[in-house]
Amino acid sequence: MTAHATSVAPAARRARRKASPGLGPIPWVAPAAAAILFVFAYSMVELVKGSFRYQDAWVGLDNFKLVLTDPLFRTAIQHNAMLLLAVPVLVAFALCAAILLFESRRGLAAYRAILFLPYILPIPVVGVVFGQLLQLNGSLNGALDGLGLGGLTQDWLGNPHLALWTMGGVIVWKEVGFGIVLFLARMLSLPEDVYEAAKLDGAGFFRMHLKITIPQMKSLVIFYIISEAIVMVSWVFNYVFVMTNGQGGPGTSTVVTELYIYRTAFQDRAPELASAAAVLLFLSTLVLIVGFFRVQRAGEGTFGD
Amino acid sequence: MLTRHLGASVRHLVLLLLSVTALAPVYLMVTGSLKSQGDFLDHPWALPSSPRLGAYRTTLNGQFGHWLINSVIVSTGAVVLTMVIAALAAWGLVHWPFRGRDTLLGIIVSLMVVPPVVLLIPLFQVGAQLGWISTFRIVILTYVGLMLPFSIYLLANFFKTIPGSLLEAAALDGASPFQVFRRIVLPLSGPPVATLVVVNLLWAWNELLLALVFLQSDEKKTLMVGITGFQSRFSLDIPTVMAGMVVATLPLVAAYIFGQRYFIRGLTAGGLKGE
Repeated sequence: MTAHATSVAPAARRARRKASPGLGPIPWVAPAAAAILFVFAYSMVELVKGSFRYQDAWVGLDNFKLVLTDPLFRTAIQHNAMLLLAVPVLVAFALCAAILLFESRRGLAAYRAILFLPYILPIPVVGVVFGQLLQLNGSLNGALDGLGLGGLTQDWLGNPHLALWTMGGVIVWKEVGFGIVLFLARMLSLPEDVYEAAKLDGAGFFRMHLKITIPQMKSLVIFYIISEAIVMVSWVFNYVFVMTNGQGGPGTSTVVTELYIYRTAFQDRAPELASAAAVLLFLSTLVLIVGFFRVQRAGEGTFGD
Repeated sequence: MLTRHLGASVRHLVLLLLSVTALAPVYLMVTGSLKSQGDFLDHPWALPSSPRLGAYRTTLNGQFGHWLINSVIVSTGAVVLTMVIAALAAWGLVHWPFRGRDTLLGIIVSLMVVPPVVLLIPLFQVGAQLGWISTFRIVILTYVGLMLPFSIYLLANFFKTIPGSLLEAAALDGASPFQVFRRIVLPLSGPPVATLVVVNLLWAWNELLLALVFLQSDEKKTLMVGITGFQSRFSLDIPTVMAGMVVATLPLVAAYIFGQRYFIRGLTAGGLKGE
């Protein structure tokens, strides 16, 4: 890093550096580098090392074989994959809501603040409140009964066929505000004259947004898709842990990969197996992380200041 | 003209419906905390017939206050440390540019999407070896590491927009990099610093997984960890649980109201530069 700085610094910089000799950027970046290397690099190296060992003895790929043949691990992965289906729902909801907000300048600030509120609530709080709301004799079924929609009542969290979808619904409720705010911020920065011209040409509501708004949102939508895919694959622990009392139940119907890793490491005391599972989870998120990196870089080209 | 009005009404109807959906659980939480158990079970959606604060007394008499203080210590400690370290690093990267710096920044910001559960096992093992389990040290250190990537990225991108002429002039006057940083760069950095403080505070306050694993003694639990056990302990006393949830949420709502502008800016900056 430093060697580079010395060899390619332009002339102007060189003159300035002469005035302030010494260690250059090293003291400035050292604390950050130490913290990042410890939390990320050291951990990753130790994790990978641990995944090939059992009680300090090298066991090759045995841990991976055990994890991959564990039906619970497969179930967990399947559940994360099913939660990915919430991503298109999120995108559709967020885009529609953002367009509606964009059209209604009146009340925009209030609506935006309200729709964004779920996103800032702590997930444990959301989990506890929804846990109550979605009981068989809970407030949601009570409300459905009261509205004459008694046929729709369900044991939202107690029915093993439904619990994961309910979880997905709660995640959508919480995460959609992020998309709305993200998309709306971009829409509000689009030049207005394009819309004026389209209106003069007699373009209707749907045509206008389909032809003008949505194409301009493409890279932002991709960013949102990647962010939310990362959430579904590797950040849903809090919801499941709080809403199922750490069990992933009923049965194994809401066990996700993170919960599998947590329980294998800290309840079954098998950190080697958990490490192997964590390596597998990391590899699957790596695809998304690389995507995130590329969108980030592309964004700088397109929207750079 | 008529269709126009109709369109506007439909629009507001949909937005109203969405708003009700967004607010309903929050409404249930707040009104539930002010009711008696019986009142809540009979009429969960009605306004409290005779609002009472008893649930709050039960909540705060327990360990809740203690957890609240722990959360304040961990969050502020981690955020202050992150801001100092990130500002120094960002200025280091901007003041001494080198080829590949922007790629490095891109890699750094990508670290923010590494799932914490992946890092958890090795960090726990180090913590156990050092005897740091159930200390704030290990949690704060980990939070700092996890919050740094985005913080450095945002600050470095901001520092790059400070006009070079301003910095050159100061350098010609013989100011050292540190003086330039303190007298010129920092005073200009209010908005990005505010953004990061709000975003990071919310993140640290809400974090559950690491705190759950690292802070095992009851003495050291943060609010989010406490809540998960609190729920099962008071599962038959819904108003007390809801009061706990309100207390856990209030600091966030306050931060949100004061920092909404900055928070939204931070989120969109995470998306794409120049929003």
